[in-house]
Amino acid sequence: MSAAQSAPAAETTYREAVKQAIRDAMIRDPRVFLMGEDVGRYGGCYAVSKGLIEEFGPDRIRDTPLSESGFTGAGVGAALAGMRPIVELMTVNFSLLALDQILNNAATIRHMSGGQFGVPLVIRMATGAGRQLAAQHSHSLEGWYAHIPGIRVLAPATVEDARGMLWTALEDPDPVLIFENVMLYNMAGPLAADAGAVDIGKAAVRRQGKDVSLVTYGGSLWKTLDAAAALAKDGIEAEVIDLRSLRPLDDATIMASVGKTRRAVIVDEGWRTGSLAAEISARIMEQCFWSLDAPVGRVCSAEVPIPYPKHLEEASIPQTPQIVAAARATLGR
Amino acid sequence: MTAMEERPRLTREHVQELLRQMMRVRMFEDKCAELYTQEKIRGFLHLYDGEEAIATGIIPVLQPEDRIVATYREHGHALLRGIPMKAVMAEMYGKAEGCSGGRGGSMHLFDAATNFFGGNAIVGGGLPLAVGLGLADRMRNETHVTACFFGEGAVAEGEYHESMNLAALWGLPVLFVCENNRYAMGTALDRSESETDIHAKAAIYKIGSEAVDGMDVIAVEAAARRAIHTVRETGKPYFLECRTFRFRAHSMFDAQLYRTKEEIEDWRKRGPILRFQTWLLENKMIHEEDIAAIEATIHAEIDEAVAFAEAGRWEPIDTLTRHVYATQGTAP
Amino acid sequence: MGLFKMPSLGADMEAGKLTEWMVKPGDRVKRGDIVAVVETQKGAIEIEVFQDGTVQSLLIEPGATVPVGTPMAEIAGAGEAATPTAAPPPAVPEPTTAPSPPVAPAPVVPAGAERRVSPAARALAGERGLDLTGIAGTGPEGAIVHADIEAALKGAAPTTPKQSAPKQPAPKPAAGFDFGAMRTAIAAAMARSKREIPHYYLEHSIDMTAALAWLGRTNESRPPADRLLAGAMLIKAVAIALKRFPEFNGFYEDGQFRPGESVHLGVAIAIRGGGLVAPAIHDTDTLSLDDVMAALRDLTARVRAGRFRGSELSDPTITVSSLGERGVEALYAVIYPPQVAIIGMGSIVERPSVVDGKVAPRAVVTATLSADHRVSDGHRGALLLRKIDDLLQEPEAL
Repeated sequence: MSAAQSAPAAETTYREAVKQAIRDAMIRDPRVFLMGEDVGRYGGCYAVSKGLIEEFGPDRIRDTPLSESGFTGAGVGAALAGMRPIVELMTVNFSLLALDQILNNAATIRHMSGGQFGVPLVIRMATGAGRQLAAQHSHSLEGWYAHIPGIRVLAPATVEDARGMLWTALEDPDPVLIFENVMLYNMAGPLAADAGAVDIGKAAVRRQGKDVSLVTYGGSLWKTLDAAAALAKDGIEAEVIDLRSLRPLDDATIMASVGKTRRAVIVDEGWRTGSLAAEISARIMEQCFWSLDAPVGRVCSAEVPIPYPKHLEEASIPQTPQIVAAARATLGR
Repeated sequence: MTAMEERPRLTREHVQELLRQMMRVRMFEDKCAELYTQEKIRGFLHLYDGEEAIATGIIPVLQPEDRIVATYREHGHALLRGIPMKAVMAEMYGKAEGCSGGRGGSMHLFDAATNFFGGNAIVGGGLPLAVGLGLADRMRNETHVTACFFGEGAVAEGEYHESMNLAALWGLPVLFVCENNRYAMGTALDRSESETDIHAKAAIYKIGSEAVDGMDVIAVEAAARRAIHTVRETGKPYFLECRTFRFRAHSMFDAQLYRTKEEIEDWRKRGPILRFQTWLLENKMIHEEDIAAIEATIHAEIDEAVAFAEAGRWEPIDTLTRHVYATQGTAP
Repeated sequence: MGLFKMPSLGADMEAGKLTEWMVKPGDRVKRGDIVAVVETQKGAIEIEVFQDGTVQSLLIEPGATVPVGTPMAEIAGAGEAATPTAAPPPAVPEPTTAPSPPVAPAPVVPAGAERRVSPAARALAGERGLDLTGIAGTGPEGAIVHADIEAALKGAAPTTPKQSAPKQPAPKPAAGFDFGAMRTAIAAAMARSKREIPHYYLEHSIDMTAALAWLGRTNESRPPADRLLAGAMLIKAVAIALKRFPEFNGFYEDGQFRPGESVHLGVAIAIRGGGLVAPAIHDTDTLSLDDVMAALRDLTARVRAGRFRGSELSDPTITVSSLGERGVEALYAVIYPPQVAIIGMGSIVERPSVVDGKVAPRAVVTATLSADHRVSDGHRGALLLRKIDDLLQEPEAL
């Protein structure tokens, strides 16, 4: 449910919203530039930056060679020197090549220097499965990144957040990672003409309910909302929480909900073992133990590298029927 | 003599200063070795003995607004750049008065005031940072130079190749300085590189380069002046291979099974301080009393730095989670 | 006087072994000179002295391993007698204030806070139909936990001490035995045996007719005290056979087998009250049958009286476990580590056998061999058992 909007809403897509966010930032602040593979002439792997090179030129919409570590580290260096780079790692799958620069430099320089230096870098990555791209192109590793102190991790799931999180992230003095689920780029939705920056610290209650809290983020939000609709037909009112920020987690919102409903299911497209869902489950146990009426459930990806054929891929990642079943289980129905 | 000049001027004052700086680094490193054996300095300690001519020849030529990225063997670089010895020693001890607040230790010396960007412990990890610093200068049309120091071991890392390519492709004002001491920890260069002529590799990336005798501080300074001038004027990267040798082990806990005592002794005879001092004495540009006076002054400075570190304070545990995020209270 | 101490050379170095001194008392040293060689897990490292002076005395011998910081030598500073070097005194770190434990975020309690009851407590209460009102909670922050429900169900104050179950009367120990300790030791040994030793088992029926016939004849003319038992014959036969099959006689330790120089046969003896020891008869193969019998009697008596020597327990190179007359037909024993075999002898029973094409009753004993497959294999084990068999067919030669 989006907040009340002041200007008339126009229909747009998630992709278009991200592009406008980048455009807006580039116009507002000359220190901002976009750097990544095929962001310029190609127009972006997911067509997010199409047209931007014509508007801003090749210096600020900067195509890079296939050097994830090199250009992510360059993003760190440029940020250290006072620029506001947006590094685009084509997908989280390729980000592994840049892991050293993200963890050992971006996340750590402030601490190692005793607070003298900060890295105001934004890294955007596509994430998730669903297009039959098979095992090496279908990861959801945002939970891994949420493990690291020193960075922030965001997962915009709505058109509004796709539009508004980037600017706030650019203003943050510390590194921010933004994960855009590949299945959302084509998603259409209304967006106020004057939609702008949004906060990046709080979770949002997307649907109110009293019977069970469904906690999720990113691409799984819409499946979770569909599950809530299905449950409602059976008289089960689910509350749906969109985390929006994976690090830091908004404990207050989560616990207020679970305290009310006494039941929780977490939906997370990462693999189940050691998932972000496990972290949230532990926190609910620590903070809401006495209010629970049932164990906290999790719906995560199966313990398998994502397979190629459609039916197997679908069976590997969270789907609406599983979310419904998990919610029912907490109610013993 | 200004730092901007292209050739070193061998005035009495200048050459004595070069000798003094090299001796200062050497004596500081030896003190650190002693303190390490007494467990005052812990963790890893990588000493620069034998390589002093490189930092001494290059860093004073840089401007204050230029930037330095170095490795974990960076005490000499930090001292040459002007970070106070007291602050460096306190950092080695882990005291709150250290240049990184005591948080980094020997391998992570940082100083914002002198544009000293570490202290990087991942081999090759600093090169993309240097590329980024240079990129910022390029995008803002500024004429700063980013000097990036690394060992020849880094040349095997993918990040070296990516960084060289990016610097050349985008025309970035980065001076890559390879301190080739022939051993990457325990692995000799000819056992790890198919092409051991390091500076020749820069040609593949269309980066201008040269090799210089890293044991000859005048040769290093001369090459540095030319190189830094070139980078500043053209805005393009340059690669300087300085051929040197480290007299001590890779770090304190190293039995040096990979090289012979004879080899080490041989290089010690050709060491930068010994050579330069001999040359200065022979050419009457310095006298024994001057050298003794320099030593005495350095001893006093070191003693003061040690006393400062000893008296320093341990950061209290309840501020443990500081310096993770800029804003306070950003709990995960 | 300056002290030269074992230096720390690495983050994980705790101690160093001095392999060699490079100086002796009287030598002049200057800062940077190598004075000793220390062996570390990375290899030998030469260590240097950081002061000028004259070596006064060496405090540690080569070969000694000492912790980092241990004084190794005294060095008199250049030109002075006994003043220590001007190292700044070690700073005592300021005692840091005790770290305050991280404040756990306050648990969210819904408005109109209700009683906290743990899931375990709820389950038990639900099961027994117990109303939660009025129940005192002893869990965190006053929560009702399982024990509170239990107490409420008992109807007694939670502080009533539980009746302890009556203790079983302890068996009267034979003199000098701690059965508890013995059982623990046996448990450990048997568990280790099964964990570490890959056992294989062989079984063989040995016709004892000839042996028993000889035994009967021999014993006829002896006073009871001098009579031989079949067990002695079995023991002697095993001992002789082992000389031919050394891979069953010895110890497996530190990854390798050491054959015993002699055959010290361990005899398993049960102790009244529940215990088992297997002390050795030394040099069993060299003893006459009478001596074996005497040793057996002696050991049994002493074991039952609790008077046997420690070496008798640690010396056996192999063990024989015999169930005697009131046992069962076959016994598959567990090897006592570090031995590599154990021979089990069942009771001697009368069984139908085929002799010269006809079925006839014969006295038969089932001998089993449990052996360590790291050291021997079934082929040899079979030969061993056959050898024992053969020896028992010629009892007069034992």
